[in-house]
Amino acid sequence: MSKMTALMGWIDARFPLTKMMEEHATKYYAPKNFNFWYMFGILATVVLVIQFVTGIFLTMHYKPDAALAFGSVEYIMRDVPGGWFIRYMHSTGASAFFLVVYLHMYRGLMYGSYKAPRELIWIFGVLIYVALMAEAFMGYLLPWGQMSYWGAQVIVNLFAAVPFVGEELSVWIRGDYVISDATLNRFFAFHVIAVPLILIGLVVAHIMALHEVGSNNPDGVEIKKNKGPDGIPLDGIAFHPYYTVKDLMLIVVFLMVFFAIVFFAPEMGGYFIEHANFEPANSLKTPEHIAPVWYFTPYYAMLRAVPPILGSAFPGVVVMGAAIVVFFFLPWLDKSPVKSVRYKGMLSKTGMLIFAAWFIVLGWLGIKPSSPDFTILAQVGTLLYFAFFFFMPVFSSAEVKKTTGRMIGAAISVLVTVGMIIFWLQADGSMGMKLFAMVATVAFLFVYLLIPAFVKAETIKPVPERVTH
Amino acid sequence: MKKIIIAFVIAVLPGFGFAAGGNVHLEKVDIDLNNKESLQRGAKLFVNYCLSCHSAQYMRYNRMGRDIGLTDKQVEQNLMFASDKVGETMTIAMPAEKSAKWFGTAPPDLSVIARSRGGADWLYTYLTGFYKDDSRPFGVNNTVFPDVGMPHVLWELEGLKEPVRDEENHITGYKYVTKGKLTPAEYDAAARDLTAFLVYVGEPVQQTRKAIGIWVLLFLFVLFVVSYYLKREYWKDVH
Repeated sequence: MSKMTALMGWIDARFPLTKMMEEHATKYYAPKNFNFWYMFGILATVVLVIQFVTGIFLTMHYKPDAALAFGSVEYIMRDVPGGWFIRYMHSTGASAFFLVVYLHMYRGLMYGSYKAPRELIWIFGVLIYVALMAEAFMGYLLPWGQMSYWGAQVIVNLFAAVPFVGEELSVWIRGDYVISDATLNRFFAFHVIAVPLILIGLVVAHIMALHEVGSNNPDGVEIKKNKGPDGIPLDGIAFHPYYTVKDLMLIVVFLMVFFAIVFFAPEMGGYFIEHANFEPANSLKTPEHIAPVWYFTPYYAMLRAVPPILGSAFPGVVVMGAAIVVFFFLPWLDKSPVKSVRYKGMLSKTGMLIFAAWFIVLGWLGIKPSSPDFTILAQVGTLLYFAFFFFMPVFSSAEVKKTTGRMIGAAISVLVTVGMIIFWLQADGSMGMKLFAMVATVAFLFVYLLIPAFVKAETIKPVPERVTH
Repeated sequence: MKKIIIAFVIAVLPGFGFAAGGNVHLEKVDIDLNNKESLQRGAKLFVNYCLSCHSAQYMRYNRMGRDIGLTDKQVEQNLMFASDKVGETMTIAMPAEKSAKWFGTAPPDLSVIARSRGGADWLYTYLTGFYKDDSRPFGVNNTVFPDVGMPHVLWELEGLKEPVRDEENHITGYKYVTKGKLTPAEYDAAARDLTAFLVYVGEPVQQTRKAIGIWVLLFLFVLFVVSYYLKREYWKDVH
């Protein structure tokens, strides 16, 4: 018995090291047909580690004090050895995190990774996304620039729109009547301790749930249904060494892109670090255009798209919140008998593409200063964003069923469409944009409501027994 | 697949129809941050004309000297009027409350002005954009910063110019009413030097950063080749 085996035996008698390694790596069998969409999970983990390590070093030099914060960031950039490198990794990491998480979520959407038995993996994942948004929002206040300050002001003011308790609620969040030193201190505490703890817990839960049921794959075939005589799935390969070496290669590719940004374009043209944030926070000088960082802009566009009702911005806040909450219901909205987009029908495929396209358009609109035409466009985007989820039970079903639920859904969508057309008729904006908005909305309604009712458009292709290449 | 692509194009298309909104026209400028003489000339202009009202409170004299190719002695003798220790930052003696009274607003710190204004073009356009306007307290206005509170501190060098306007009151060109010490071409070069210096001050590490970046990417490329063959070797038996 070698010394190494003896040591492992000693540890295993006291801690399940070998057992854990087998469960999560050497005897965890993953489908062999992962395509490039499957790399974003491991990349998210890599970015998480980058953010933790760089964050710890930034905390050593950063001062969470309204009078010192802006300067301390500049000292990190100039006087702390390697400080600029650590800071740029952290700021680029924030954007990289959202980029890989958005692609990771879209992968889940395409291949039905949220469907039974993986609902909890998806829910933990959405919770990670929500925690990540909180983490990014509070972290963005810390450099104490103009966009940090006014971005936080705008978002915290949203809570003030909540009926009855709003005013007290927003003061309670800020710890003051405006964003101030008190806000900076508590956001710092949340950013470096509270939310990271929650994130770690959720990531562990996400991976534990995944390893319990096993990974989905681009074919949406359950590999555990086809096991060999040794009990190992026929289409499965051990995570270690096969996927560890493959992931290593993909991580290197990711790092090439990541460090190209860190070293050559850390501001990314003002999208990763906004120009206005190089001006210290000034509570007396409101910037003429307040834009959140790119990863929040789709929701910001939705917020601005909803007109205030009776002078209250609350409806916009509700819509923005609902846009995120709706993700939790995805596993039960998709009625398709197949998981993967490869075997779904045309309606599901185009639905997914239209959803992605409008998410990008909304993101772009959220960056732009608002105008009457852009507001109408954002309203179309918001409508189609929600329509994707609302109509999903209709267009994902294979058979045409005329249930009462479906009739009620149809009635609601016709009412909403008519309401929107009447609203657009009297809204500000160019005639061309209004026409486009009406045509786009009616066309979408037509495709997703009428076609499944009369034509059998959603033809599902047969799913193979084993995974394909 | 083709249908999917068409659907995607149709879905995205509306987003591309609208160009970005009209901003103020900025002059394009080429600056070379590797040109040490240009940076030194810019530094000289900066300490002589800017550093009495504007600070650069995050920029240290000795760091600047090192980066633009000057010894501590040279910095002390030629560029330090506001402080006596070479390790200090570029602060000013003028109190902000008083200057706010004099100019309407306190002159901003210029450490990261190049970054908050989004780069060299704005600074260059600003420095070359002063024109005679008798309605303003200091007798000048600026093309990119309308009704700016700052006087044209470089007027002795540039001279004063008056705008030539078309029927719609748009500025189409300039005509000099007072000659400066420098010819227009020389002033243009001076404005470029000062712009280059301010861009340097905005992020002193930027040239080093890019130089290191090349080695990092080369290393990652080698690592990629190794990891690619490693993956291929392991995956030989996956069918």
